[in-house]
Amino acid sequence: MALTKTEVEKIAHLARLHVSDVEAEEVAKGVSDILALIDKMQSVDTDNVEPLAHPFDAAQKLRPDVVTEPDRRDELQQLAPQSQDGLFLVPKVIE
Amino acid sequence: MQYETVIGLEVHVQLSTESKLFSGSATTFGAEPNTQANIFDLALPGTLPVLNEKAVAMAVKFGLAIGAEIGKRSVFDRKNYFYPDLPKGYQVSQLDFPTVGKGSLTISLEDGSEKVIGVTRAHMEEDAGKSLHEDYQGMTGIDLNRAGTPLLEIVSEPDLRSAKEAVAYLKKLHSIIRYLDISDAIMAQGSMRCDANVSIRPVGQEEFGTRTEIKNINSFKFVEKAINYEVQRQKDVLEDGGRIVQETRLYDADKDETRSMRSKEVANDYRYFPEPDLLPIVIDDAYIEAIRATLPELPDRRAARFVSDYGLSEYDAGVLVATREMADYFETTATLSGDAKLAANWVSQDLQALLNKHSWELSDSPIQAERLATLIQRIKDNTISGKIAKTVFEAMLDDSNDVDSIIEAKGLKQVTDSGALESLVDQVIADNPDQVQQYRDGKVQVIGFLVGQCMQLSKGKANPAQVNEILRSKLS
Repeated sequence: MALTKTEVEKIAHLARLHVSDVEAEEVAKGVSDILALIDKMQSVDTDNVEPLAHPFDAAQKLRPDVVTEPDRRDELQQLAPQSQDGLFLVPKVIE
Repeated sequence: MQYETVIGLEVHVQLSTESKLFSGSATTFGAEPNTQANIFDLALPGTLPVLNEKAVAMAVKFGLAIGAEIGKRSVFDRKNYFYPDLPKGYQVSQLDFPTVGKGSLTISLEDGSEKVIGVTRAHMEEDAGKSLHEDYQGMTGIDLNRAGTPLLEIVSEPDLRSAKEAVAYLKKLHSIIRYLDISDAIMAQGSMRCDANVSIRPVGQEEFGTRTEIKNINSFKFVEKAINYEVQRQKDVLEDGGRIVQETRLYDADKDETRSMRSKEVANDYRYFPEPDLLPIVIDDAYIEAIRATLPELPDRRAARFVSDYGLSEYDAGVLVATREMADYFETTATLSGDAKLAANWVSQDLQALLNKHSWELSDSPIQAERLATLIQRIKDNTISGKIAKTVFEAMLDDSNDVDSIIEAKGLKQVTDSGALESLVDQVIADNPDQVQQYRDGKVQVIGFLVGQCMQLSKGKANPAQVNEILRSKLS
């Protein structure tokens, strides 16, 4: 399976990555090589194999439902480019 | 052409945990912006999720309440999209292996029949923050307090056939969730939210029509209105020879209409994949049984018991079990007063009317079960008549004294002294010679008028049964 340049552009858009024309060609070729390897792996019979959710054969540890985090808003908002009235400000997302 | 409506609902409920699904931040509603958002909720690099055990227990509890399969091994996935109220760039959800699988619940229809509605699945996921679009220097304000609050998304099968059925399903779901005490489930506050998938098809056609998804429905009333509007809109489109476009539409309660949300340039492609930061949740039988042991008596079973133990009608029982608080109130009143039928009438009519009038929750009522039970006892032991009891009930609203003191202070005690009643009856006979003659001439229904006159003369305090008896014997 080969990936086209258009598909690379679509995926880049979904990931909000800027990919130049030249890069798109290169990435298309690079990813196509990976997909070829995956095609090869697809030929293995996996009918009776459960999908692997995680490489570790272990179960999720749970934590008690307790509030452990203090309010650090003022400190954390210093990391943001802009804030006002306790809100983080971002470029307008609706017209 | 005749069309059939097909509806499926996706309901999000915020699980009422103290802390978030994957972090130790608080989840209190209405806190100052971003005071409950820590480094994990802000998606700062290097932070990792740690799963809240209470959220898992609540999801399993819900699953057991609707007879669902519980996923022994459930897996979290990343649903990828970019929006500033979701700082990680993905929402952690469950795609292929949800914690709660297929189940069902039963709704009552208007004609008294019952219908089983399938629940496809219920999965855990994290809530997003809030975007505020008021003018902040021409920018959007982001409050991440809600980001990471645990949600249970409950997806129904497309089994609902009308807006009324959809509301009945939603109310039943709400009732079960409140009985389980796993969420406040307040639609107006967003702790319960509903999206509706709506399509229509010609009657008899097997294949589903193209569906639209209606978002932003935040009350039971609007669920019905939004669906009815959308069904009519789809009919109009088809009748005009058009076709339905699969899209997301927003319900606007002010205009009572649904509107297309501007279609995005690129269709949603969430590129789900297993969340590598979380291991599968493994649940064993012992855990499931331990949760099962904590299940309360659920509304259906409780209603059946009210019918068998208290002799209530199925309708009355259904009304009384709608909320756990109301059912508890009724049971206390019935037990203390010793008269379940009177208790059912007072709770479902007078008390309910009172709550509606003042928009009160049951806990706001100045008349709690113990006082209502005493009032009912005073009707039963003939201290007051049923009619006077309504006056006492009103008086109890502003007077926190015990019921007997109120009856005494207002002089509302029923007159049962036969001497006093006889002179009352004599007076009415003397005052109404025409009606007395009519009665003696065989027009016996006039007795009702005469009893009424006695009641009026006594200001409602005479015992009507006794008055009736004395009248009959004096007139015969």
